[in-house]
Amino acid sequence: MARREDRPPAAGDPDAAAGGHDGGTVAGSFGGRGGGKSGPWISVRSLDFHHGPRKVIDSLDLDFHPGRHYVLAGPNGAGKSTLLDLLCRLRKPSAGSIELMGRSLDSHDPGELARKVALAPQSSAFNFAFTVREVVRLGRRPHLGVWGVLGPEDKEAAETAIRRLGLGKLADKPVTALSGGEAQRVVLARTLAQSTPVLLLDEPTSSLDVAQALELLSVVRELAEDGRLVVTVSHDLAAAATYAHEIVFLKDGKLAAAGGRDEVLTDGMLESVFEAQARVGPDEFTGGVRVSFRRRPRRGGRPE
Amino acid sequence: MPRPRPNPTPPRLSPYLLGAGLTAALIVLLLWSLGSGHMPFSPGEILSFLTSYLPGGETDLPETRALVLGGVRLPRLVTALLSGAALGLSGAVFQGLLLNPLADPYTLGVSSGAAFGASVVIILSLSLPALPFLSSPLTPALGAFVFSALTLAVVVALASDGDKRLSPTSLILAGVIMSAILSAGISFIKYLAGEQVSSIIFWLLGSFQARTWTDSGLVLLFFCPAMVVSLLSATDLNIMTLGFKSAETLGVDTRRVRLRLLAAASLAASASVAVAGIIGFVGLIVPHLVRLLTGPDHRSLLPLSALGGAVLLLAADTVVRAHLPGEIPVGVLTALLAGPAFLMIFRRRMRDLTRG
Repeated sequence: MARREDRPPAAGDPDAAAGGHDGGTVAGSFGGRGGGKSGPWISVRSLDFHHGPRKVIDSLDLDFHPGRHYVLAGPNGAGKSTLLDLLCRLRKPSAGSIELMGRSLDSHDPGELARKVALAPQSSAFNFAFTVREVVRLGRRPHLGVWGVLGPEDKEAAETAIRRLGLGKLADKPVTALSGGEAQRVVLARTLAQSTPVLLLDEPTSSLDVAQALELLSVVRELAEDGRLVVTVSHDLAAAATYAHEIVFLKDGKLAAAGGRDEVLTDGMLESVFEAQARVGPDEFTGGVRVSFRRRPRRGGRPE
Repeated sequence: MPRPRPNPTPPRLSPYLLGAGLTAALIVLLLWSLGSGHMPFSPGEILSFLTSYLPGGETDLPETRALVLGGVRLPRLVTALLSGAALGLSGAVFQGLLLNPLADPYTLGVSSGAAFGASVVIILSLSLPALPFLSSPLTPALGAFVFSALTLAVVVALASDGDKRLSPTSLILAGVIMSAILSAGISFIKYLAGEQVSSIIFWLLGSFQARTWTDSGLVLLFFCPAMVVSLLSATDLNIMTLGFKSAETLGVDTRRVRLRLLAAASLAASASVAVAGIIGFVGLIVPHLVRLLTGPDHRSLLPLSALGGAVLLLAADTVVRAHLPGEIPVGVLTALLAGPAFLMIFRRRMRDLTRG
């Protein structure tokens, strides 16, 4: 039942795994950009993934740096969720390589990987009436021994995650009695309690209402600014423009564009990625951008 | 604004309290059960008999009475409570593994495999009386055990054929297919047995009549490792209820844990079926009730389900042995209880699903 050794990661220490971290309010606590010159935490090189005859990911090259929030966007079937699965080794690449903090992803043992990378899946079915607190505490598993005994810092990490996702009042409710949005926040809190330097979020706001989604996205941005690396799959480009440091467009498994919002959120780029007419303009109300789409007129045909 | 919730969750019972209560119930039940039957014993006689097991102890009971108590009744009760423990544990593991509170030790066809194996042995012994080892009372048990283990192997092979993850859905489907095939086989054997079909039917009904220390030992042999393996995987089982992606990214090798738990729980259930026939209901209802009382954490659910199964099956066996006329098989009693219990769980589950 010995606890695994927890040590805070430091910049320039590629093997550093996060542990015992309280969910994070201190800037740079994950050794992000504050340290100056540090390489990417995740490097994807010539990555291919085949699903049957289909190339879901097609010779992808990408770098993800600490302290940044990346939004992965693109049409359905572009390979966004698959890329997320590949980054946390839920799927094995058909070809190419992924490096995590200077080491090949494959060379990590499961516990070590779970202390570095956490995934919030798009949906999590709750089959048994665990309470919200119990589920969030399950996120501490990679830091615990076989019987799962929680130390004070584990409980504290879980409570911080519960507070951050606004679940305080629901903490003792069974997860089977929650609404879709509440359940989604529980999944995120569970992921946060894992205290990893890398967070992968698959459409985290898909069942949240407007206020909850904005709240969540600002929490996500804070998490990145604490020094973590956050990769979010999202369909909401306007929110991405406001809350992401970088936007990555995938199309047909290939990299279409990657960069800051001013570089990639352009009419031409959106039209080629989404195959619809697009207009991007400044939005004075939010300080971000406004994105509007309109169906392309059929070539040679008439609109219905 | 927080919505008012129509069904506030009832407070949970402490697992330690339930464990203490069940242990006390088991001890009382054991003493009561030892005393009741065709030949009743007073509590004083039972205590005097039990102390004779201690070093230097002696009993003043007459030889025949001591033989009934120690040679017939005690092994039967111990076999019943161990089988109950094996079924309770196995049911709790299967429900957690298959993410389904309506699963039980027999969902994956373990019982059909065991029944098929025992039927094969019985029909062989009927048609080949020249082979004396076939008519030993232990041989059907052996056949049952071997065939239920084989069934599990086939189910796992079928399930992982197209689905490397060994997901609950493919396991249940493979189990249903195997059960259907084996049931057809059992019907065919019953047809072959002709007028002697009753010996097969009686075996299948489930009973602890004339069980010996050998039977107890067989169950214990598989129950103990199953308990250790399940307890070591209890935290992983908790995490696996969150789904494949969450469990894997939390560092759980779901396929390996599933295989390990399937083997442990199925062998424990098979051992119980081998010595006592098919006893339904215990593996279904006990984990369900324990979960309602103390919550779904497998670290407490698994041992408490074993304890609860022991209490329930010992009670049921005592009722049919000493308090019902003409000793009906205990499997019949539990099967009769199963219907209403199923209905209760089903209604509760539908209410949970339609709420909110």
